[in-house]
Amino acid sequence: MNKLIKIDSNVTVQQALDFVEGPDCGGVVVFSGNVRNVTKEKKVTRLFFECYEPMALLEMEKIADYTIEKMGVKRIAILHIVGEKQPGEVVVVIAVAAPHRAAAFDACEHAIDTLKETVPIWKKEYFEDGEVWVAAHP
Amino acid sequence: MRILLFGIAKDIAGAPVITAEGITSVAALRSWLYAKYPSLEQLRSLMIAVNKVYANDEDVLQPGDEVAVIPPVSGG
Repeated sequence: MNKLIKIDSNVTVQQALDFVEGPDCGGVVVFSGNVRNVTKEKKVTRLFFECYEPMALLEMEKIADYTIEKMGVKRIAILHIVGEKQPGEVVVVIAVAAPHRAAAFDACEHAIDTLKETVPIWKKEYFEDGEVWVAAHP
Repeated sequence: MRILLFGIAKDIAGAPVITAEGITSVAALRSWLYAKYPSLEQLRSLMIAVNKVYANDEDVLQPGDEVAVIPPVSGG
């Protein structure tokens, strides 16, 4: 198996790394997306993530397949949480292994950029004085 | 036909699932949604997924399809 796709209440960098590392790959790149404590100078107290899980998993699979078939990746892990998270906690992890580092860097950036555009997951930011679904309005 | 809603679309409709009858295309569903919930038109985008795949307005809807309303995504 060359891809690990998962949506769960908790994910870790380690589980992604453990899946992708191997002696055939000299380059391993990991992206960890964590909850930031401020948005546009307003303090963020927590985030809530909701997803359309069966479709989200399919879209994550498509991203993984593309990096393997078109970008020279040997193994990829794409992990995303659902539910509530506090500032500093991990929300998404992408780990990519390729024989050489250039392909791993490119594929990791492609994977997170595409995930943010296509995977049906929604994030609500909670502030001290309210809450907002991120990016919902122009 | 059952229609799944998520994120802000769920909040606007006030329910995670709604039902509609006699709608046979994605374009017709979009018009029906905008008429029933005008706030949906204020969103940055609104996609419709049919059987877990993003659909185009000209796509046809069948009675057994799994239809979902996808407001702007914001994962990661």
